[in-house]
Order: sequence, then structure tokens, then C-alpha cells
Amino acid sequence: MSADGRLRRYAAGGGRRILTQRLGFTLLTLTAVATVVPIILVVVYIVIQGAPAISWEFLSGVPREGMRQGGILPAIVGTFYLTLGTAVFSVPLGVAAAVYLAEYAQENAWTRLIRIAIINLAGIPSVVYGLFGLGLFVLFLHLGTSILAASLTLSIMTLPVIISASEEALRAVPQAFRTVSMSLGGTRWQTIRRIVLPQALPGILTGVILGLERAAGETAPILFTGAAFFLPRLPHSPLDATMALPYHLFVISTQVPEMPIRIQYGTALVLIAFVLGMNLIATVVRSRARARRQW
Amino acid sequence: MDKIVVENLTLQYKDGTESLRAVTMAIPANAITVLFGPAGGGKSSLLRCFNRLNDLADVQTVSGRILLDGLNVLDPDVDVVALRRKIGMVFARPVVLPFSIRGNVTYGLELMGERDAPRLNEAVEHSLRLAALWDEVYDRLDDPAIALSGGQQQRLCLARVLALQPEVVLLDEPTSGLDPISTGKVEAALQELKKDYTIVLVPHSIQQAGRTADFAAFFLQGELVETGPGKDLFTHPRDQRTEDYVTGRFG
Repeated sequence: MSADGRLRRYAAGGGRRILTQRLGFTLLTLTAVATVVPIILVVVYIVIQGAPAISWEFLSGVPREGMRQGGILPAIVGTFYLTLGTAVFSVPLGVAAAVYLAEYAQENAWTRLIRIAIINLAGIPSVVYGLFGLGLFVLFLHLGTSILAASLTLSIMTLPVIISASEEALRAVPQAFRTVSMSLGGTRWQTIRRIVLPQALPGILTGVILGLERAAGETAPILFTGAAFFLPRLPHSPLDATMALPYHLFVISTQVPEMPIRIQYGTALVLIAFVLGMNLIATVVRSRARARRQW
Repeated sequence: MDKIVVENLTLQYKDGTESLRAVTMAIPANAITVLFGPAGGGKSSLLRCFNRLNDLADVQTVSGRILLDGLNVLDPDVDVVALRRKIGMVFARPVVLPFSIRGNVTYGLELMGERDAPRLNEAVEHSLRLAALWDEVYDRLDDPAIALSGGQQQRLCLARVLALQPEVVLLDEPTSGLDPISTGKVEAALQELKKDYTIVLVPHSIQQAGRTADFAAFFLQGELVETGPGKDLFTHPRDQRTEDYVTGRFG
């Protein structure tokens, strides 16, 4: 076939190919939109329904009249403490485990076992964590239903997220940095502390925040371990039980008759603001670090 | 005087790539010794044996001895951290650490626990001058090192090594990614440095080997074919294979 003929055939097929491409792009755009629409709908709906409930009294008061009146401060504070408690246990442990896996461990049967354990830990339903926490922390270790027991339970649930994200962040740091550092007389630990960890920090922080965010929104793990049905005061010690936003939301949505709907949505709005706020922090941390990154 | 003596060194990696077979040679002090030959000949592997950087790689077997001032660096009891301070290394691709220019130079010293600011500053200026970089960066030492050009980065890598006041400087194709002007600056710096240091260079071209070598060693597929003063090796090679390579018949 002559070059001219090939060219003509190519041109003739061009129209169909371009059509296929347009169709493909359109479908891809639609799927992208399909993932964004639900989150927008949920947030908008909750804001519209819940915004009227938001007032200083709602945010700073204790529940009254069988939770049908008053505020949700104990639940806000409780969720804050639970998230903080979870961070205290899961962040050091998770980051240390990630450093071990990424920087020290050889690839062998033992590390494969650890990885399988981590993956499976991530797949366990949250209510099972709740029962486990009840058995181990509340009963066996006599911590009672308390912020401490609930935080420990949430920590175990959060660990896989933190470990996986941290390990990935550590592995993303170029190998050449490690070689150079050691060629300059650095020990493995000096190399990790001075170069690898600081460079991986934004990625680790992102993982930590995403993990904690999930912990903040969970109901089942704290159900038997630390969440109180109705406790209209602020917790005094880590051994106190506490109200918490997700569980409070569950309670006022299903367990209290004649509950004003605006209080339900107001509570949902506060919870979602709490979680999305953490998400926002993670996003800002990540984008700032990316702009500053030197590799 | 010989700074490093290699005795019957044999090395094999787990994946079967590049190896060394019974290499025996001496590297004189205060001179530039050039290790050259086609890729995969074992030059880089030998360099990485000197500072035990091969410890980080998957080495199957290593036997023989490498004597640095009479002490076997391959001895498992050797303090590799101290060894690597004595034997500095510059890599083919300049890898600046994610710090400032100053931070890159002081990094090795800080690892040793040096915190004295005047001493660190003095080391920064001294090393950057030795590496022929001071005049280009003295007014922006706190800028990120990554902002430097490739040639400047490589000289920074050299300065970073010199800050530790090593005895031996290993350079693994240090100018392979550089333009001719930067290459010239690095080579000129090496000529100055050899007065005080023992330099082992894997050149990125046969021309560079010819320009820089006081002593040269020709490696072919893990075997040391021939070694001798640079002038002799490049003009009157004794081995046919060396002659073929030097005259451009292969490689």
C-alpha cells in the first residue's frame, strides 16, 4: 500500500477514534462526579438540617430534659479526649512499628507474618474491637468503662492505618539519602532520625490524622469500653466514662422518643465538622510539605 | 608509600551481577589512582569495598584482604562508622541531602557530635574552597542545596566529604552527569587535593582516565588486567586487552 493510501485510511479512522476518546473521557468524568456528589449532598443536607440547632448554648451546655434540650458539650469534650488518648497510644507505637518494618527488618517469613497481621487487623469489623476491648481492657485489666479503655481499644483499631501510611511515607524517601548518610559515617539510627523521619513526617502526619479521624467517628469500639449513655458532666480523669459524639448521635437518633430532629442533625453537624476539620488539617499539611520537598 | 593494599580480593553478589576475581593491587598515597575499564568490570564494587558500603548490598561472598595503613578493613570487627569518616565517597549522581548548602557540609561533622559554631563555619568555608565552590555560594550558604546546578551539587558533595578530613577520597564517575566546564572544575580540584589526600577515581571516560591518572588499573569483567603508572598504561600497555581498550577497539 502506498504511503498516500495509508494516510487516507488513517484519516478515515480518525473520526471514529476521536469519538471513542470523547465518549471515554465523558464516562470518566461522570464517574468522578459520581464520587463527589454523595459527599456534597450529605454535607449540604446535614448543614441545612443541623445549622439551626447550633448555638453557644448547644456547644457549651450539658444535655437536659432527657437530652431533648440543652447542649452536647460533654460529648464534644469526650470525643476530643478519646481522639487524644488514641493518639497518645497509637502514634508512637505505629510509627515505631513502621520504622522497624521499613528501615530495619529483613524481608523474611517473620516480617511477612507481621504484614499479614496488620492487613487483617485493618479488616476486622469495629464491633469486634469493641468486644475485644471489653474483654481485655475493661474486664481483664480492670480499667472499667473509661476513656483509657476506650482509647486503647481505638488505638488497636487505628494502628494498621498509621503503620501502613507511615511505612509508605518512609519508603518514599529516596534510598540515595540513606547511602550518602551512611557513607558520611552516619549510623542507621542517625540516618533515620536526621533525614528519613523528617522527610517522611508529612506523610506520617497525614496517615496519623486519617487514622485518628476514623477513631473519632467510631461508635462500636467505644460502645462497651468507655461511652456513657447519659453523663451530663465533663470527665475528670482518664478512668471516667464519657459521652462521645458518635455514640450520642446513635442514642438520640434511636433510643430517645420524641427527640427534636434539629438536635440530631446539630449533633451530626458537629461530628462531621470535627472529622472534616481533621481532614482539612491533613490536606494542608500534605500540600505544604509537597511544596517544600527537595526531591 | 602505599595507602591501600588489596590482596587477593574476591567478591560475588547474590544476584550474580558484577564481581571481582582475585584482585591484588596497591594504591599509593598522595596520588590519583584511576580504576577504568568497560561497565560491569568491578570498579565500583571495589570502591564500595574500601569503605564497606557493600555491607548495605546483597553480597554473597567476599574474601581476601584490603589493608588501609596495614589494617584489614574487611575485618568484621572494624568500626565501619570510623572507617567511612576516614574514607569519603562521591557518587556518580550528585545527591545533595535535603538541607541547606551549609547543612550539607556540616552534616558529617554533626553526626560526630560537633556543635561548635565557629569550628563548623570554618569547616564549611575550608571544604567549599577545597572543592572550588566557595566563590559561587559564599553569599547564600543557607539556601537549599537542591537549588544549585548539577555541577555545583557535585562539588558540594565533594566538599561534604572533605569536611570530615578523610584520608582517602573515592570518586565513582563523579563527572558523568556534568558539562565540560563543571568537569574541568572537579578535575582541577582533584589535582589540588592529591597533595593531601589519597584519591581513587573511577573516571567516566577513557579521556578523563588519561588526563587525571597518576596510576591506573584496567578492569575487565571482574579481573584486574593490568596496573601501572598512568603514562605507561595509556601509552605502552603490556596486555593486548588493555591496548585494545585504550585504543578504542572495544568498550
